Amino acid sequence: MKSAVITFPGSNCDRDMDVALKKFGFKNKMVWHQDVELPKSDLVVLPGGFSYGDYLRCGSMASKSKIMQSVINFANSGGMVMGICNGFQILVETGLVPGVLLRNKYLEFICKNVFVKISDKDNAYFKNINNNILELHIAHNEGNYFCTNDQLKEIEDNAQVAINYCNNEGKIEELFNPNGSLKNIAGIFNKEKNVLGMMPHPERMIDPSLSGEDGSLFFKNLINNLK
Amino acid sequence: MTVNEKIAIDHGLKEEEYKKICQLLKRTPNITELGIFSAMWNEHCSYKSSRLHLKKLPTKGKQVIQGPGENAGVVDIGDNDAIVFKIESHNHPSFIEPYQGAATGVGGIMRDVFTMGARPIANLNSIHFGSTQHKKTKNLLRGVVHGIGGYGNCMGVPTVAGQTSFDSSYNGNILVNAMTLGLVKKDKIFYSKAAGLDKPVIYVGSKTGRDGIHGASMASASFDDKIEEKKPTVQVGDPFTEKLLLEACLELMEGDSIIAIQDMGAAGLTSSSIEMASKGNLGIEINLNKVPCRETKMTPYEIMLSESQERMLIVLENGKEDLAKKIFDKWNLDFAIIGKTTNSKKIELFFDKEKVADIPVNTLVENSPMYDRKWKKAKLPKKNKINKDDINNLKIIEVLKKVLANPNICSKEWIWQQYDHTVMGDTIQKPGGDSGVVRVHGTNKAVAASVDSSAVYCWAHPLTGGKQVVCESFRNLISVGAKPIAITNCLNFGSPENEENMGEFVECVQGIGEASSYLKFPVVSGNVSFYNQTKDRGIKPTPSIGGVGLIKDYSKMITMDFKEVDNVVLVIGKTEGHIDQSLFARVILNEKNGPPPEINLFNEKNNGETLLKLIDANLIKSAHDISLGGIITAISKMCIKGNKGINLKKPKYLISEIEYFFAEDQGRYIIEISKKDQKKVLDILNKNAVHYDELGTINENMLLLNEKTKVTIDELKGFNTKWLKDYMSS
Repeated sequence: MKSAVITFPGSNCDRDMDVALKKFGFKNKMVWHQDVELPKSDLVVLPGGFSYGDYLRCGSMASKSKIMQSVINFANSGGMVMGICNGFQILVETGLVPGVLLRNKYLEFICKNVFVKISDKDNAYFKNINNNILELHIAHNEGNYFCTNDQLKEIEDNAQVAINYCNNEGKIEELFNPNGSLKNIAGIFNKEKNVLGMMPHPERMIDPSLSGEDGSLFFKNLINNLK
Repeated sequence: MTVNEKIAIDHGLKEEEYKKICQLLKRTPNITELGIFSAMWNEHCSYKSSRLHLKKLPTKGKQVIQGPGENAGVVDIGDNDAIVFKIESHNHPSFIEPYQGAATGVGGIMRDVFTMGARPIANLNSIHFGSTQHKKTKNLLRGVVHGIGGYGNCMGVPTVAGQTSFDSSYNGNILVNAMTLGLVKKDKIFYSKAAGLDKPVIYVGSKTGRDGIHGASMASASFDDKIEEKKPTVQVGDPFTEKLLLEACLELMEGDSIIAIQDMGAAGLTSSSIEMASKGNLGIEINLNKVPCRETKMTPYEIMLSESQERMLIVLENGKEDLAKKIFDKWNLDFAIIGKTTNSKKIELFFDKEKVADIPVNTLVENSPMYDRKWKKAKLPKKNKINKDDINNLKIIEVLKKVLANPNICSKEWIWQQYDHTVMGDTIQKPGGDSGVVRVHGTNKAVAASVDSSAVYCWAHPLTGGKQVVCESFRNLISVGAKPIAITNCLNFGSPENEENMGEFVECVQGIGEASSYLKFPVVSGNVSFYNQTKDRGIKPTPSIGGVGLIKDYSKMITMDFKEVDNVVLVIGKTEGHIDQSLFARVILNEKNGPPPEINLFNEKNNGETLLKLIDANLIKSAHDISLGGIITAISKMCIKGNKGINLKKPKYLISEIEYFFAEDQGRYIIEISKKDQKKVLDILNKNAVHYDELGTINENMLLLNEKTKVTIDELKGFNTKWLKDYMSS
């Protein structure tokens, strides 16, 4: 399986993603934001970080990068595109997934382990995964998901919510919402479910000596689904 | 403007220093030259009050590749890998503007590390604030934490450990010390020593603005009522540009284009150019019209003294200009050839085709003032006679709850959750343990780092305090299974012109030297911050020690959380019941006098090394060093982290239970071992003449001394974790 990770100026989880993808069997290529063409890939990843310093609005400048036109075309033709953290912020700025990501509710950067419940398995990302709940890691300042009521209705009607923040038993309650996200939404698909944006970092949970290993479950399942 | 003595004094120079400048130049300096002298000769850059004493520190060792004098220290960790590290203060700016002050402190120390060719792999910090009752404390704490996070998070370097304390002596002068570790290949280390004539001098990074002019001078003076006016001397950080600068520099460093490289930190272009010339015994000629400026009509004086961040000065090999420019263009950074190396041994500056400065380099460096300041030796305070009845009437659990909720002991999760501590995917021990630990990417090795200070001990008796901090750093590394390698120090003190403050400095340095020499734990880098003083009141002497150690096989790393019910818990090291200067004495007895706990370097070394042997033999399940709050505080933290309890018993000693459990005797650790290994462990301890007491066995969820003295771990956890969150949200 071939993957590509885009490096924007200010990306800082690009290496981590490269390490994770390779560990689980992807042949990964790093792609510079000023390139025009994507290499032939089964999966394109927009990594975490602070693209362009997040100075204008998180993800907005990166969404206009040269490479992004190819990424958008790839997604529109059904290609798998996954945005993690800042990558998710870039995806909402391109409009590939609906909604926006606001400043965290308590106005503070949060770095910790959280539990998320997989709310839809009818897609190439979570199909066949045994677990319903994953322990993943978040590290962000702007992960507070928001959208209009109309958008929310559409999202829910199409089962576009990918994962919600929950407790270790899968209860989705405000108490377990780290950043104020609408309906505890931690990740979301486009209508066709080939594009996934999510705040948690599975690439930081791929080894028993790290914060946990549920990221490994995610990547193993993902590459199997793509085969 | 014609320079005179008054202008020189306004620049922070002393009358006699100004006279010396005129003598050295054999003329009156112009304003640009005066600015350059004032920047190079201030305390922050010249170490004029401290140099004499710093020379006495042990700086060499088997693993030391580079000691003090470069941008950072470098130690060998085997397999052609080396760790570059340093700690630095950003105290004065952080009090004036906490967010930017702290952020640029973090930015500055990371630059020091990647200047040497190392990719930063871990950040740490030691931050100290005034009383929690003081009206400024909360905002300063919030601003500093946001600033540290804002910069480090954006850079994508994990912040893995730190220390926070509160003490009223910091009411008017907070401390922000930032430390960075970087990883480099031993044969790819870059230095700041220029070499060769007519080599192009390159400016890269951000443009130069008017921010931070005289920042280093500000950091060399006490505060008065007008500090708010000094806001413009605080630099503004741009971590995004620094991230680009990091990647661009490392890309350029892959080749062989660079002869010397130096970041523009304190005193900006002035100190960076002069340092490179001085180390290379060369001259440098700069055309200031070529310096990329952010603002219009900047004068030579402003360009030379600006402390705009995220800038580097590089001496390149001839013919490599185009290649280097291509890299900096790719990363969208300014690149300008601003001058060349010369054989004049002078710094010569040109602006609008006129020579605006012409100063022999040695007058700025070798001839800079050095003072043997007067200092007063501190007496060891007499031991307090504590009323035994006062102690015996106390209820242990009630005292423990108060101690665990004390601002200086309580969980600092509110702080470190705002720092990205897992980016780079190699953090194997997060903040909240004895040391932060990161793997050496792609290997079985890991590097442990901690930062410590004990201002109260140093204040009570500087010599003992100085030793103690080094020992605590040693213990924190050993507790995670790391072999201590070397330290960096950040020496935060009051005014060196005050004999008592100077005495504190001299004796703390002496203590640091004695301990690091005995423990073979040399000082490889550091920084001095004097004048942490408002009007005539200085802070408590606060040397911060950043320690670095190596874990050869990270599967042997130890954490402090209790692991398994029925395992046996021991305390290593002797408990004499030293209560003076303990947290218990201050918080519970309201007693501030007496000597700090004694340091026995032989026991420190022997206990620590024996514990390392036990760890190496896979006999240790968890370990934690005993510091503030004594045995029971250490035990409680291990219970809280592991979600386990303990059946405690007090060994038979003449001292009371309270003294036994809350005393702060040094050189001690708590260890957890399994029952089946007990004999083996005790044999090793006995064979190495290490004192130990058996404390108890691990249970499910209760700290239990007897039927009347018990508490659930959940309750203890509440006391420990709530205080800071509640304080910050109240």
